[in-house]
Amino acid sequence: MDMTGGLRAAPTTRTVLDPTDERSAAHREPLPRPAALDGLRVGLLDISKPRGNVFLDRLAELLTERNVSVRRYAKPTFTKPAPMDLRREIAAECDVVIEALAD
Amino acid sequence: MPATGAGMSAAGELPRDGLVAVVKRDCPTCRLVEPVLAQLSGVLVFSQDDPRFPESVPNVRDDTDLDVSLALDIDTVPTLLRFAGGVEVERTVGWLRTAWEELTGLPGLGPDLPEHRPGCGSRTGDPDLADELLVRTHGDRLRSRRVELSALEDEIEALFDRGWSDGLPVVPPTPARVLRMLAGTSRAPDDLVGVVPPNLAEVTVEKVAVNAVLAGCRPEYLPVVLAAVHAACTDEFNAHGLLATTWGAGPAIVVNGPAARSIGMNSGGNALGQGNRANLTIGRALQLVIRNVGGGRPGEVDRAALGQPGKVGFCFAEDERGSPWEPLSVSRGVAPGSSAVTVFAAEGARGLADQISRTPESLARSLAAGLRGVAHPKLVTAFDATLVVCPEHARVFAQAGWSRAALEAALGEALLLQPADIERGADGIEEGVPAQLATRALPKFRPGGLMIVHAGGGAGMFSTVIGGWVGGPGGSQPVTTEVTAWT
Repeated sequence: MDMTGGLRAAPTTRTVLDPTDERSAAHREPLPRPAALDGLRVGLLDISKPRGNVFLDRLAELLTERNVSVRRYAKPTFTKPAPMDLRREIAAECDVVIEALAD
Repeated sequence: MPATGAGMSAAGELPRDGLVAVVKRDCPTCRLVEPVLAQLSGVLVFSQDDPRFPESVPNVRDDTDLDVSLALDIDTVPTLLRFAGGVEVERTVGWLRTAWEELTGLPGLGPDLPEHRPGCGSRTGDPDLADELLVRTHGDRLRSRRVELSALEDEIEALFDRGWSDGLPVVPPTPARVLRMLAGTSRAPDDLVGVVPPNLAEVTVEKVAVNAVLAGCRPEYLPVVLAAVHAACTDEFNAHGLLATTWGAGPAIVVNGPAARSIGMNSGGNALGQGNRANLTIGRALQLVIRNVGGGRPGEVDRAALGQPGKVGFCFAEDERGSPWEPLSVSRGVAPGSSAVTVFAAEGARGLADQISRTPESLARSLAAGLRGVAHPKLVTAFDATLVVCPEHARVFAQAGWSRAALEAALGEALLLQPADIERGADGIEEGVPAQLATRALPKFRPGGLMIVHAGGGAGMFSTVIGGWVGGPGGSQPVTTEVTAWT
């Protein structure tokens, strides 16, 4: 029998209080989408789900036909967020990234 | 702490006149008194764990969210209460026939029951719910922005990612932890503690508490942290300059008085080292306030060429009981018996060995020789320093009856440096005092530029020098503040 009714010990560590002077935003808005890819460096990020590469291979073909420069990246595993180093690498080398989920 | 806020709406369900009981099925005494409750006509029962219990009583209300239990400040179940004219006039806890009969005015209650059975703990005291209930009842005191961590983020990594760490893991400042930290002071969360450089951001008691949680402090350390932040935010201490300089010093704290002992600070063996939570986390909390609230980060406004390991946090207590002298805080104007913090600019600590001197004159000259190296052996009056005298050295001064002032005077005399030794070029070293200034003997330290503290373990004739930074009005001056105002 559920003796605890509606109230449970909630995970209490998911909300934290901001220790800063709160002058910077807690959330950042994504940059606006570019109108065109002309002259931009495009990253294709495979999150390592099966067959994501098939989708990205085709995207790479189509972009290359349009003279867009493409760089390929892959997360080590789809089950975890991209490692910080990979995020920094993409940020340094690309203007736009297309992250593909295929399954 | 009394329940406030929560349950005010639920309290509206309470009768102006009549009987109220709070129970839970999990409690054997509550189950025992079920026939008695069924016998009390009109009793309104609030059930903490199972809204169907007790089945034989008609008026049962669901209090699984504990709003009514919190509003009534229930510690024990069963609790039987009597209301008259909209206010509680009487209550009894557990089962005691005479008490229930007196409260209800009804004789012969529960004839088959034993005379007395103690109750059980209310679910409001359930350790599994403590954090949630604390936040529900007191969370409205908190003003800091709430940041939600996503389900995929490791909470420790998430705090690194947000830039809130000094490089070591920090404790996630959950609302419950911050509320428990705030219980360490009677000051209101929104009280102003200081204006923190370099961004000149106002810091409240609550913001200091958030950073004290990050640092790993216990709530009883909070008054010391608050006093240290307050002292560090003064113009005299000049935390901005200390942060921005390319020199490697940072803020250090020495604690005096009963507060140091009551929170278990180390003033003995390894007092300047690792291993004591209060020493380590109080100093760290001050630095995290400067980092997070003030925005003072290495590579930004912190321009130290090298820094030093104590910039993570540097805090210790003076050994007053074993000291031949009055406490440092008393020498600096605080009443004896009062707790105080003194913040001062500090480089890393460096040992001064003298295992031979048994006369105060020799030992003073010996310590002076070590102090001469602060900043540079040929530079004078620019940099302050703190001398931590160990017990085996202090004993030599105590046996000779030397006061702290007498030691200061002897050190000052031994540190009057001759022009030939300090002018530029002397000893084949280009650094030194310009020739036009080196026309007479010059003191190594400005008046008041050398602080003497007593601390350390009982064995080892090894005192320690802690170099400082530029002293005086243009640099950083030690600042002493009483802790009492922040308790």
